[in-house]
Amino acid sequence: MHRVAVIGVGCTRVGELWDKSLKDLIVESATKALDDAGIDKVDIVYVGNAYSKILQTQGNLGSFTVDSLGFEGIPAVSIEAADCSGSLAFHEAYKAVRSGLVGKALVVGVEKMSDSSPEEVAKALMSCEDQDYVAFTGVTQPGLHALVLRLYMETFKVKHEEIAEFTVKAHKNASNNPYAQFKNPLKVEDVLRSPILADPLRLLEYTTVADGSAALVLCSIEEAEKMGKKPVVEVLGSASATDKLYLPERIGKLSFNATREAAKKAFEEAKFSVDKVNFVETHDSSTIMGVISLEDLGFVGKGRGASLVVEGGIEIDGKIPTNTMGGSKGRGNPVGATGVYQLVEAVLQLRGEAGKNQVKDAKIGLTHTIAGVGNFATVNILGCL
Amino acid sequence: MLSAPRYWREIRYRYRLIGSRCLKCGKIYFPRRLVCAVCGSRKLEDYKLSEKGKIKTFTVIRRSPPLGYEKNVPYVVAVVELEDGVNVLSQIVDVSPEEVKIGMPVELTFRKVRENGKEGIIEYGFKFRPIFE
Repeated sequence: MHRVAVIGVGCTRVGELWDKSLKDLIVESATKALDDAGIDKVDIVYVGNAYSKILQTQGNLGSFTVDSLGFEGIPAVSIEAADCSGSLAFHEAYKAVRSGLVGKALVVGVEKMSDSSPEEVAKALMSCEDQDYVAFTGVTQPGLHALVLRLYMETFKVKHEEIAEFTVKAHKNASNNPYAQFKNPLKVEDVLRSPILADPLRLLEYTTVADGSAALVLCSIEEAEKMGKKPVVEVLGSASATDKLYLPERIGKLSFNATREAAKKAFEEAKFSVDKVNFVETHDSSTIMGVISLEDLGFVGKGRGASLVVEGGIEIDGKIPTNTMGGSKGRGNPVGATGVYQLVEAVLQLRGEAGKNQVKDAKIGLTHTIAGVGNFATVNILGCL
Repeated sequence: MLSAPRYWREIRYRYRLIGSRCLKCGKIYFPRRLVCAVCGSRKLEDYKLSEKGKIKTFTVIRRSPPLGYEKNVPYVVAVVELEDGVNVLSQIVDVSPEEVKIGMPVELTFRKVRENGKEGIIEYGFKFRPIFE
């Protein structure tokens, strides 16, 4: 088994990027990552994307990506697992490099959503759920999050404004992130006064249409040293896990097995526990998912996630700095690319390049992506070498 | 466009709220399963679920409904906990969204669910409605 390093990262700005196509996005992030690594060739490409088949009718993204980059002949793997697509692509690339079968791997996460109508996007967002018995009811993806939000507030007697605070913190961190989608500061009243998407979930509690791409280059530490490089960031643990697709079967727990299982496996591999983690990039596809994720990852007890947020525990200088570059709400959520953005942000933190949002003495970071309302999760742990 | 077989093969389950029961461990499921998620048995039978239950949690869809549901907005979607312990996702009808509460008793009903354009199949299925004393 080989120790694996991240030797290059790159990403595009996140937003409604009207002048950029799927290909433009891929090439921009991938070439930045290759330049950052100081290489121009890799042995394999892993692409994470959730919706190109639905929104662009563009399939076969492996070949599409390799060809866009002017590479030829190398293998490529295209991975779809909704919001976990990008982080799962990373996980699979990691396993390949760790095994020794692959030398240098490029991971690209990409999503292009702004070309499509709101109806098409809503349909795409529901594609990670059971079509015959969940989508058929007419529920939307925000509607599913709202079901969890209401039950959580009722069960733990938590106020909506406490949970909505997650968005306030997200926008605050995003304001210092040059590639974030939403840099405007918000007050909790703004969040609670925004239009209702699906009661009780408000517009500003949920992520929106975004385009973006992020990329990184992985290789073994030996390989990096052979190239005369001194890698800074190592992958210490990486895992993914699934859970039942039908939310009603598991909603009562208000906790997601997929997250807990992936975290357990990733920490087993890293051989330390959650108290060693200096910062976390989690997937606040909605405020409530952010809150529950903090609990499921073990940063705070069950039903206490919102209190941690309100008390400032997730701020840059807090107990566990969370979504340091704005998270999915602030940086934006180009779905299949989101997991790779998190990893890029974690690498920037570990290299001390996070600018105004730099976490002091950041040595170990955790990234966590969750698909839909918990049917799939990935957890990655990175550390300084 | 929705194909006739895709609609037709779910009719039995959607019209009558039929799930499945594991013949080995007795676990009941909705939607039906072909393999038991508890004991791994592949021997399951169709099982008619209870037609009554109560609302465990709910939402009201107000924006960006899926195609074919626009005329229903705003509509209530809830997790209904049936008397036999199974949770089912369903629209709640015959009630204004403001009156819906967690714990509200509801019963099965049969309704039109969605139209597929002017010429497509009109889909029907189960929904739930409040039981008023």
